[in-house]
This record gives sequence, structure tokens and C-alpha cells, in this order.
Amino acid sequence: MEERWSTEHILSLAPDAAAQKAAGKLSSPAPWSQAGCGQGALWGLCQGSGSTPYRTVIELTTPAYQCSCPSRKFPCKHALGLLLLWSGSAEAVPAGREPADWAAKWLTGRQQRAEKTAAPADPLAARRRAERRAAKVASGARELRLRLADRVRQGIAGAGGAAGGGWAEVSARMVDAQAPGLATRAAELDRLPADEQLAGYALLHLLATAYERVDELPEPLAQTVRARIGFSTDSAELLAGPTVRDHWLVLGSRDSADDPLTTRHLWLRGAKTGRSALLLSYGRPGQAPELALPTGWSLEAELAFHPGVQPLRAVLGPRHGPPALDPGAPWAQSIGAALASYGEAVAEDPWTESWPVVLGGVLPSTSPTGWQLTDQQGALPLHAIPDQALWRLTAISGGRPVTVFGDCGHRGFTPVTVWDEQGRATSLTTGGAA
Amino acid sequence: MTTDYWAQLHSTALLGTDRRPLPEPSGPPALVAAAASVDRSDQATALLELAALTAVRRRAGLLPLPAPEPTPAAEPDERPELPAAAARRLAVLLAGRATGATAQANLTELLPQWLAAAREHGYRLPAAQLPALLEAARARSELRGDVVALAGPLGRWLAERNPQWRYVLRTAGAQGPTETDLIWQQGLFAERVTHLTQLRRRDPAAALALLAGTWPSERAEDRLLFLDALQEGLSPADEPFLEAALTDRSRNVRSTAAELLSTLPGSALGARMAERALAAVRLVDGVLLVRAPTACDAAMQRDGIPPKSPTGRGEQAWWLGEMLAATPLSCWTTTFDLTSNQLLALPVAEDREGAEATGADIGIGTGTGTGAGTSAGTGPWREELHEAWARAAVRQGDARWARSLLGPPPRRTGSTPPAGAPAKLLAVLPPAERALWTAAFLRTHGPGDAFQLLGACATPWTPPLSTAVVAALERAATAGSYPWNHSGVLGLTERSLAPATAPAVAALAADAAPDTAWAETFNRLAGTLRFRAAMLAELTEPV
Repeated sequence: MEERWSTEHILSLAPDAAAQKAAGKLSSPAPWSQAGCGQGALWGLCQGSGSTPYRTVIELTTPAYQCSCPSRKFPCKHALGLLLLWSGSAEAVPAGREPADWAAKWLTGRQQRAEKTAAPADPLAARRRAERRAAKVASGARELRLRLADRVRQGIAGAGGAAGGGWAEVSARMVDAQAPGLATRAAELDRLPADEQLAGYALLHLLATAYERVDELPEPLAQTVRARIGFSTDSAELLAGPTVRDHWLVLGSRDSADDPLTTRHLWLRGAKTGRSALLLSYGRPGQAPELALPTGWSLEAELAFHPGVQPLRAVLGPRHGPPALDPGAPWAQSIGAALASYGEAVAEDPWTESWPVVLGGVLPSTSPTGWQLTDQQGALPLHAIPDQALWRLTAISGGRPVTVFGDCGHRGFTPVTVWDEQGRATSLTTGGAA
Repeated sequence: MTTDYWAQLHSTALLGTDRRPLPEPSGPPALVAAAASVDRSDQATALLELAALTAVRRRAGLLPLPAPEPTPAAEPDERPELPAAAARRLAVLLAGRATGATAQANLTELLPQWLAAAREHGYRLPAAQLPALLEAARARSELRGDVVALAGPLGRWLAERNPQWRYVLRTAGAQGPTETDLIWQQGLFAERVTHLTQLRRRDPAAALALLAGTWPSERAEDRLLFLDALQEGLSPADEPFLEAALTDRSRNVRSTAAELLSTLPGSALGARMAERALAAVRLVDGVLLVRAPTACDAAMQRDGIPPKSPTGRGEQAWWLGEMLAATPLSCWTTTFDLTSNQLLALPVAEDREGAEATGADIGIGTGTGTGAGTSAGTGPWREELHEAWARAAVRQGDARWARSLLGPPPRRTGSTPPAGAPAKLLAVLPPAERALWTAAFLRTHGPGDAFQLLGACATPWTPPLSTAVVAALERAATAGSYPWNHSGVLGLTERSLAPATAPAVAALAADAAPDTAWAETFNRLAGTLRFRAAMLAELTEPV
């Protein structure tokens, strides 16, 4: 039998708070009939106010949802309610059933669609497009370098603030030059705090310069530079190459709303290889990002890493079985060791903003400059953590050492998941309480 | 020093390389050597490259800050852990709270019920959920008692660290004397009231002493609310203080003190009122003869009777009512040697002798019904008298009088409603009796008329009362009224109906015409009941 997901995980799949709330109301057996689960799927009929009940199916591995209700939210409250019901009561959603006809139909159709492969593109045309783009990006990088140098010649004082340093315009030009990575970093220059502006200018200059001689760089570094500039790699292409099969522990996830998309970061760590991996998934407005893996669980799967000097970003390939709860806190480092591994990542890839690390035996405490995590040897300031998450972390610790996963960067550490003394994981990035 | 070199680069960049030369590299030899290889033909580009070199070096070489002194951890909590299903339910209830939409009013109401039940079971809550709960109770003070108890030692530990949750420390009860004094001397008004109320609960005399100590220096509106705190645990020991308060500068304080004294059995004020009352009401040949006071003298005013009626009704009737409402009810039963039922059955007439003697115009209030023929039992003043007794019964918490005034549970449709405010009288009765009376009332009246009575009943409603409510709603549905005509009662019902009634409500939903407002209403009600039943069942599950 498949392990049932936690409430926290299910609520984290909801596109918004209203859907969470509505799902809570549908989490009792009352409106449901013919509910069942088996073969990696979950289905049931939900009686709404109309005379025909809604047909709700969930495919658990991806997960994917289908419901006959008219809601444009995705997943809808019925899918979430059914998941909550399933997680709470084994009797209400009996296991080991054959899917109902209508559910089976959708599940099979889905499988077939997945098996269909995309038609191969015209390789010659693709190469011509790539060459044209490379030239555009190169000229964009050159222009950016000139702008940066001009700015430094005149002085960057007063570049930030409400007036802005005019970088929005430069950013737009980088978008035209098809270098989204440069565009994002250029736009950020206006928003950086005063004491970080010079570093922002310098690292952007370094990136533009690196691209101009990208062909001379060693291949992994060239890949890193291209990725930072904004050349994307096709997932299917990556998966066609070598993959890493392992039992991947889900260290945690965090959604960031980059208007209009929601970006979900999912961090994994291989039990056998010890490798860290970062999966990205995007959701359109009103929809949660499609990829959702429960924190503290582990799944056997193949990952294909984006190439580079410090491969971290990966795409999820074939899975071998459903996720299973992985009890206990993961292997962890001291604060000093974690900072050293962040340092190594920066040394390899200077544009590394943060590096995923698991800190062991740490506890949150206050200092005159703000909150920090401390172990017996040292302390690390906490960064970009909302109050609610900060207090949840503090409550779980209760003044005793805990294990914390998060992102280590030059501004401090951003916690994502905490394991309590019993080794139970709690997400610090989802809205609902654990 | 690297930092110095970085600072130099930074200030050069701020002013611009046109105005300021590049600084000479300094710091560790490796950095200096790397800097030497930077092409300096263009100063600005060179600065950016030197800055990149230094920035990466600084980031890659980050070191931990020194570890601070350790602080004490929270006391361990030995209570059993909350069952997993109940923890999930709490998450759902709190997620509902976060959005605070009105459509979810039922979930908002369910949280207090959940908290009270969990507290009764003596569970320890999952640490991760405490911050959201403490936050919820910050905004909703009615949750605080349960939340603070459930939060236990970890809650206190957290409150010591988050000023927003300081209320936990004040609600916790066990405080040192220093902190006690500090709250009373320096606390916010709400904190002081809470403190006084809690102290009153533990040690009434100490609370009185605390209040008396600062009484003259308190503001009038504060004095008024502090007086209210004395209501609980009122005893003859409070009488001297309250008697003194009858001469307070503030009129509201005076009348509140008088009201408190009038609820205190055997008080001197009660005796004075009884004396006045017996001068106004005589029993002659089986008839209660009423002679209303003709003036509100200084003594009456001192005892809390305002000379002017706030509603502008006849002054004599007003004075009489105030006087009788403050008179101990035992005064009537002992003086006339009759039971409350017997007294209520007596005819009431105007005491002509007195009226002629004074020649005063009898103040007849609106709706007293005097002037009409004085058939036995409906004479002038009868309603005034009964209303005043009803007020006295509520004030003195006299269940026997309340029962007499309410009369037996109504049996016939259209039976006359009892005197006074039935909901208030009902509140004086024991819960089971309240429920029975209201159920009977519902059987003879519509749900709309029963709104206030239902509000006076203890929750969750007893099964018979719940059944009566469901039946009344069904009648309302059949009679063609709309659910929104009964939104008040439906709101109470979602909160208070016995979970056992769920099947009956579901049956109603099934019977109602599909896709109608009533079908939706009953469906939602059934859903809420099941939710509540499941919620309470989870809390009793073995861990």
C-alpha cells in the first residue's frame, strides 16, 4: 500500500489559500462516494450542489489531477479534498481497488499521451537559429560591458533608490538580445542594497566578459556561463543523456511568485551518491506548479543534471516506484563546514547565489543584529525568512538543537525544512501549519 | 587587509574612476598577485575586474560568526501528544482562519470548540502549530484561556521571546508577586482588567484589596469596568466598599455599585429597597395594591435610582420599576407568606387611597395597558410589577422566580409570551431545563421568535432541543420562507446543534427540492455537523 501524504504536503499543492480552505471542507467522507485508490491513483465522486457528482481522479506519482468540476483552479478543491480524505482515513478511501471506468479512461489516456514522443525538429534550421542567437547575445554582452564601465567611470553613487540607475532600460535591451540571465541581473542592480551594488556590477561584468570568450573556456565552465546567460537546455535532450539513479530524499521546496509565474524550487539529495539536486517547476497564475514531492520523503528515480562546473540543477527522469516516507533527519554539517561548501561552489561558479546545505545541531537565537542559527562553534545569520516560518522553526527547536535544511548564501542562511529531535520533517516554506 | 581594499574599491566606484584613481592592491599575497595580472589600460574595466576578484574571494571565504552564549531551553512537556488525525484537523482549522472569509464562518466557530475539547483531553500540541495558534489567540482574546493552557511550557518559552505573545505570560496564572504588582501598576487597561478578574477568581479578598488600594486615583470609566470584575465571587465582605462607591463622583459607577449591592443577599441596600418596596406595594384582601413613589428623593438617588428615565417613560413607573428590580425577591415571599407562583397569580390594582392622597398624576408608561377595564389579573401596574420582578430574578439569579415568571413550557400555538425578557430569565435556569423550555417554545413558535432563547441555551444543544430546532427549520422550509430569513438561527445551529442530529439534517437535505436554497442550507449544515463529529472523535482516538 502506498503511504499517505501529510496534510501539510497536500495543502502545499493548493494554488491559493482559498482552495486550501475549500478543500478542508471537502475532507470529510460525507460528500464522497465510490472513492478508492490503487495502481498509483486515487478517485472518487464528489456531491456538490448540483445533481451530478463531480468525477475526481488523481494520479499520485506525478501528481496529476482531473476533475469534471468547472473550477479553473488547479488542482481544484475536489482533488485536494479527496487527497485530504485519503490521507486521513484508510476506510474512507479503500486501497487496492480497480479504478472506476471513468477514472481508468483518463489514466490510460494520460499514459498514452506521455508515451508519444515529439517529432524531431529540423536540425539544420535549429543550428542556424542557434548561431543567430549566439551573435545577438554576444553583441548584447558587449553593450552591457560598455554600460557597466561607463557607469563606473562616472560613479555608481546614487544609482539605486527610487530614481533607479536606468538599468530597467538596459535590462529590456538584454531581453531583446535574447540573454534573459543578463536581463535579470541588470534589472536587479537597481534593487540591490548600496553595499552590494559594486559586487553586483562586478559579477555582471564578469559574466558578460566570460561570454565574450566562452569558446575559449573549459567546457564545464562554458556550460555554466551559457546557463547563467540564459541559454536553456531542453529537458528531453538532457534525459536522453546520462542520468543518475538514486534514492532521492526530498530536502524541501519553496515557491516564489515571480509574476506572473510561480517558480517552485525542489531540493533533493541522493542517498547513495550524496549529490544535491535542484528541480525547478513553474505554475501559471491560478495553478500550482505541476511538480510536487513531499518534504521528508524519498523516491527512487533518475535525474539528469544540467551540465556545468557545479551541476546542481536537474530534471526528473523515470521514477522507480512511488515516494516513501524517509524517517529521521538527514546527514548534516556544522555551520563552518556548510560555509566552506558554499565557498567551494562560489570558487567554481562565481555567480552562485546560494548553495543547499543541511545544518546539524543548530538552534535559532537572537543577536543584536537579528536572528541567527548557532552551533557550538559558530553562528550564521538568518536571511529572507518570514516571521511565521521563523517562529515555527523556533517553536520546533524549543531551545534544543535541530537539523535544518536551507540555502546558504553570502547574505546568510534561508531555512527551508527543519527536523525535530524525533527526526520528523516540517516545512518552513508552506503557508499551512505542519 | 582585504576589507580595506574592498572598501577602497567601493569608494572609488561610488565616485567614479574619472574622479578617483584605482587603489593599490593590498591584503593577502595571493589576492595581490592576482590583482597584478588585471589589465589596467581602462580604469573602469579594471575596477570592475578587481572588484569581481575581491567579491568572489570575500564570498568564497565566508566564516561563521562567533557562537553566542547558550540560553535555556523550554521546559519539557510530559502531556500526551495530539493524535495525528487531530493535528491534521487543527491544520485545516488554522488554514481556514488565515483567510478569514465569511463563507468559512463555521470553521472560525469550530476552532474554539476544538481547542476546548483538546484542552479537556490534556494534549500537548505539535510545536510547529503553536506559533499560528498563539497568533490566532492574540487577535481573538476569547481563545486565550484554551490556547495558553494547550501551549504549555513551550508556549511560555516562546512568549518570553516574542513580545507579541506577552499575553501568554499574563494569562498563565502562576506569577510572582513582583510581576503581579507590576501589571496592576503599569499594565495596559485590558491587562489590568484581566489581572483583576483572575485574582478575583483565586482570591476575592485580595482582588478587592488591590482595587481599593488604587481606587481614588483611577479614571471614572476604568472604575466602572473594574467594578464589574467584582461581580464574580461577590460576598458581604465587599459591601462596605460598594456602599462607599454609592457616593462616587461618577453616576455610572454609583449605579453599578447599587446594582451589585442589589444582587448581594442580605445587603443594607437590599433592606432599604425592601422597605421602599413594601411601602409601594401592599397586599389587601388578596389584591396587590400599588402606589408608585411620587418623588425620587436623595436617598433613593443615592441607592442608584436615576431621577430621570432614560427612555422618557412616566417617571413614577420608572422609579417604581427601578426600586422593585433592586428589591430582594425574598422580601415578597416572606412578607406576604406566599410562593412566587401565588404572587404572580394575584390581581394587581392601583392603590387609590395613596393616589388620592398625593393627587399626583400616575406615571403610566407606554404599553402598560392601564385605563382599560381592570378585570382581575390585568389591572394597572400588573405588567410593571411583573417586569420588575423579572429583572430582579435575572439580577439575583433566582431560578425559582425565573421559572414562575416564564411559566410552564408553552404547549399551544400562539400562547402568550412570558413577562420580561424570556431569554434572560431562561439563562437563570439550569441548562437542561433551559433546553426543554426552548424546545417546547420552538414547537409552538417559529424559529425566528426563538433566536434569543436559543442563544441563551448551553452548547452543544441537547438532542431533544436539536431535534426541535431541526423540526422548526423543516416547518419553516415547508411553509415557504427562505433560509436567509433565518440566517441568525442557522448560524447558531451550525455552532450548536448536537452532532447526533446529522442524519436527520442530511435527510432534510435529501427531501428538499434539489438545487434550492434550502437544499444547499441543509447540505452545508449536515456537512458542518459531520465535520464537528469527526473533529471531536479524532480527539478521543488513542495515540
